[in-house]
Amino acid sequence: MSRKIGDVILDLQNISLRFGGVKALTDISFNIREHEVRAIIGPNGAGKSSMLNVINGVYHPQDGKIFYRGVERKKMEPHMAASTGIARTFQNIALFKGMSVLDNIMTGRTLKMKSNMLLQALWLGPAQKEEIEHRRKVEEIIDFLEIQHIRKTPVGRLPYGLQKRVDLGRALAMEPQILLLDEPMAGMNVEEKQDMCRFILDVNDQFGTTIVLIEHDMGVVMDISDRVVVLDYGKKIGDGLPDEVRASPEVIKAYLGAGH
Amino acid sequence: MLYRENGQFKTTYAADQQIFTIAQDRWFVIGVVAFAALIVPMLADEYMFRAILIPFLILSLAALGVNLLVGFCGQITLGAGAFMAVGAYAAYNFLIRIDGMPLVAALLLGGLTSAGMGILFGIPSLRVRGLYLAVATLAAQFFCDWAFLRIKWFTNDSSSGSVSVSELSMFGWVIDSPAEKYLFCLGFIVLFALIAANLTRATIGRQWMAIRDMDVAAEVIGIRPMYSKLSAFAVSSFFVGVAGALWGFVHLGSWEPAAFSVDRSFQLLFMVIIGGMGSILGSFFGAAFIVILPIFLNQFLPAIGSLVGITISTAAVSHAELIIFGSLIVFFLIVEPHGLARLWAIAKEKLRLWPFPH
Repeated sequence: MSRKIGDVILDLQNISLRFGGVKALTDISFNIREHEVRAIIGPNGAGKSSMLNVINGVYHPQDGKIFYRGVERKKMEPHMAASTGIARTFQNIALFKGMSVLDNIMTGRTLKMKSNMLLQALWLGPAQKEEIEHRRKVEEIIDFLEIQHIRKTPVGRLPYGLQKRVDLGRALAMEPQILLLDEPMAGMNVEEKQDMCRFILDVNDQFGTTIVLIEHDMGVVMDISDRVVVLDYGKKIGDGLPDEVRASPEVIKAYLGAGH
Repeated sequence: MLYRENGQFKTTYAADQQIFTIAQDRWFVIGVVAFAALIVPMLADEYMFRAILIPFLILSLAALGVNLLVGFCGQITLGAGAFMAVGAYAAYNFLIRIDGMPLVAALLLGGLTSAGMGILFGIPSLRVRGLYLAVATLAAQFFCDWAFLRIKWFTNDSSSGSVSVSELSMFGWVIDSPAEKYLFCLGFIVLFALIAANLTRATIGRQWMAIRDMDVAAEVIGIRPMYSKLSAFAVSSFFVGVAGALWGFVHLGSWEPAAFSVDRSFQLLFMVIIGGMGSILGSFFGAAFIVILPIFLNQFLPAIGSLVGITISTAAVSHAELIIFGSLIVFFLIVEPHGLARLWAIAKEKLRLWPFPH
């Protein structure tokens, strides 16, 4: 592979997250390097989605520090995380159901659109120009994801696999530095999974986007990720190259039970 | 066969981002506006203007404002009547307290004041949603009802509590006859409908819809919930406030706080629900349904009664009117919960294929 994995872009140190008495995450530390594909795996309820929610500011951990490009990150809201270049897709698709594919992806460019409301109300020069400029970018994403034929379709009418693709498109429209993917291949058949893998690898390869991936399909994880972190009951039980993780006795125990 | 988009290719993104992307739609709407501006004033009599057309236009504008908030941004409001009142009383005060204040400026300032109130009463939407928000906005209604009744300054210390605007004029044009009043309102509606269409196809409109459809995902994309929700409240209240000012100035002429009671708020919300949430056209359908249908029933029930040989008393007519009106609302909501605008869209979809079934 030609792409080069860079320095640590996001460093999570001793993250703990509690909801009342429930400990979702306990003292978890790991880092993410620039341009890599980093997988987070673990059994159901291990805290994987909570981890992503911490990274993009939906949840606020009680303990721990997060360093983004070497700078410690303050407590932040999701829209601030978004403005620093962190995008994500959702486990159970969270598209804007009443809007078309095109509008969904256009919404992903909100942060980059600067014209004021008065200009928009009158559809005057700068507002219209901006709209066209961003439409061009969005069309590039639509071409990239091969969803030209459904650009005007309301997303509610699309089959599951395509919705997942639109969800990815909306995240890509933000031109993110780090892309968080929460089970992008859940519920897909083999062909759809292959397509999705191709898109993820292309994004990583062409745009150099750092990818953090939660996935249950071990075949996929072992194939496309550079490094894997394993969570179980909110604790980190493994971290390293896919082959190392696969051979780790702790990980085998978590997945297959103690009897083996 | 007439309604086909075949052969209408778009070669620029600008062409694809028009308000009406299909030429027939565009010409239809232009035709309707031209008809309303040129032909209707020649056909309608004074009763038509006063009882039907002017209330319809003004309430369409108010419904459009409510629709921006409820239909596009998903924030339920029961305070629309209050924002109409704020618009009306603010415009009145601007007009009488500042010498030489032009009419249009007073109306727009009334709208701006209402927008400010909208932002204030929209703040609870940052914490609560759905029915709880509806109850919170109801506070605006009761507060305004109270304020305009008790604080005499707003009504210019008039002893009866009612205020009136004597003469309407704009750039030397005295708006006097019903037809002139109608045209004045029509101008406002067309302009504001255009603004609403522009806003909803621009980034601010997409932000509203994103908040409506999935607020967590919207935030993760980088949409600030505070900005989106409060801007929706502001724009919506601006529309509703201007409508309120027109209602007081042009339709009523003189009014008291009861003109903008909680009934009005409910009526506007029903217009939006029946007309179609998240549809600009739906606001007009909803207003037409609620304004025109009762009058229609009132006029035609006795006629139908005499056809079958029954004389219906006036009291019975007004009762029957409510019963039929209520059951029609239930009927429409069951047949098409997405409102009249959806029925219209389905009809267009069928028309595209007609006379073929698929």
